[in-house]
Amino acid sequence: MLSITEKEAIDHEIGLVPHKRATVIEALKIVQQHRGWISDESVAEIAEYLEISPAEVDSVATFYNLIFRRPVGRHVILLCDSISCYVMGYKQLYTALQSKLQISFGQTGPDNRFTLLPNACLGCCDHAPALMIDKDLYRDVTIEQLDDILQQYT
Amino acid sequence: MERPLTRNIHPDRPPLNLKEYERTGGYVALRKVCSSMNPAAVQELVKDSNLKGRGGAGFSTGMKWGLIPMGDKAAHPTYLIANADEMEPGTFKDRLLLEGNPHQLIEGMILAAYAIQADIAYVFLRWAYHKAAGLIRKSIQEAYDAGYLGKDILGSGFHLEMHLHTGVGRYMCGEETALLNALEGKRATPRAKPPFPQISGLFGKPTIVNNVETLCCVPHIVNNGADWFKGLSYSDDGGTKVYGVSGKVKRPGAWELPMGVTMRELIEEHAGGMKAGCSLRGVLPGGASTDFLTTQHLDIKMDYKSVAAAGSRLGTGTMIVLDDSTCPVGFVHNLQHFFAQESCGWCTPCREGLPWVEKILLSLEKGEGKPEDLELLQLHTQYLGPGNTFCALAPGAMEPLQSALKYFREDFEKHVEHKKCPYD
Repeated sequence: MLSITEKEAIDHEIGLVPHKRATVIEALKIVQQHRGWISDESVAEIAEYLEISPAEVDSVATFYNLIFRRPVGRHVILLCDSISCYVMGYKQLYTALQSKLQISFGQTGPDNRFTLLPNACLGCCDHAPALMIDKDLYRDVTIEQLDDILQQYT
Repeated sequence: MERPLTRNIHPDRPPLNLKEYERTGGYVALRKVCSSMNPAAVQELVKDSNLKGRGGAGFSTGMKWGLIPMGDKAAHPTYLIANADEMEPGTFKDRLLLEGNPHQLIEGMILAAYAIQADIAYVFLRWAYHKAAGLIRKSIQEAYDAGYLGKDILGSGFHLEMHLHTGVGRYMCGEETALLNALEGKRATPRAKPPFPQISGLFGKPTIVNNVETLCCVPHIVNNGADWFKGLSYSDDGGTKVYGVSGKVKRPGAWELPMGVTMRELIEEHAGGMKAGCSLRGVLPGGASTDFLTTQHLDIKMDYKSVAAAGSRLGTGTMIVLDDSTCPVGFVHNLQHFFAQESCGWCTPCREGLPWVEKILLSLEKGEGKPEDLELLQLHTQYLGPGNTFCALAPGAMEPLQSALKYFREDFEKHVEHKKCPYD
């Protein structure tokens, strides 16, 4: 069951568009914000609320990079792997993160603290390499800074 | 030198709030339009200014607006959308405008909406721009509170609602019609044209999609006139341009300069030249989907016509520099990985072809390439080129590849010959 808070937020979005189904992306964002990820149950609940098929909801949910169809850790690290970050050494950062966290792209550590994901361009190519943890952006990141950065997230 | 778009942007200070923006001449253009100009006059002015879309394609903004049905024939609601998706690797110029002066964008959007008599406006903002999202949300509210949005704006009888939509990460959303699908809650796949969005766009209604930088130019054109705007430029294309440089240069960044400054000036003066120990080999002049230019092109003007004449595209005007310590094959492989991943899968050549290209480049990098692989890559640049795919994603992806095969062919050959990457 969608919570009352989730329903209220989705209803607000429904009020802004000509038909309910147009809010499916917003609904996915809202539910993910509350639950961390989109489970099969969440897909079914959103589908029922918006009166569309679960397959339609899933087709949208699986299309977008930042809708998570698998559980993620308490914090999500998005490491930019696009061209400017490539030139400025994102691969070295990735290697360092892999060895510090013992996880590769797409994985979550056993303590459920971090999920590590590649990200297509964070839009700060002039301060490459860059990474984002939750909503915090880090620019011109060096391997030496990684411990201090990671330490802030428990 | 005048820098209208960035004059009031100070990266070390918070952006102007409504009162501060008004003190710098903000919303004067809106007052002028509401009191003394009809929509056709605004369209005409922007057409005369020779403003071309800054999102990459460089189409005349005034002409685009002119395709919207006006008057009694018009279907309503009509929509105006600011494309703030900006997800092309190497492109970061709109962040400067979004974070630096959000009211400038909002005023530009209200003016554009007035010109096409739109009823509803959206800012389609990419997910990663969290800071910009907060600022835009706040600024839209301030504009409502001041009577610049909502019903009967400044007593002109013009109504406009404005909303912020934040994306959930997909490069395709930057494509005009895919963006419309995303706003309708669908997968962001491109739509067949015609009908063009100006006739049947968002929810089947007339829609204009403009880039952020394009819209930010509009208040200044209204305030100062078409001739002034044209005079800012060193070329036929009107105005200034927010250029950027990233890669191994001393001072990567973005700067507003007259349209048509040379590539040399950008790299050597503004970006401070190459980092010590590096030299320049190639440049993608306008983001990840443009053809390489090389040192022989340094003196070309960075405007639409000149960059096209040199065999590439101005695109977004944000350059990515390839230096001599970076393997061109690895560089192009990274780009093709991005495009293969971000292909929406709607049409077969793009869905199947890009991963194939990526695989060939990976095998070259690993030293497992065969001589015929270069032929195969060359063929793909045609098969995935213009006219063979549903939208411009795959043809865009082929631009850096085809030019790398042309300018850096010996690097590709060395990978095959020595069975390893010579840069490792």
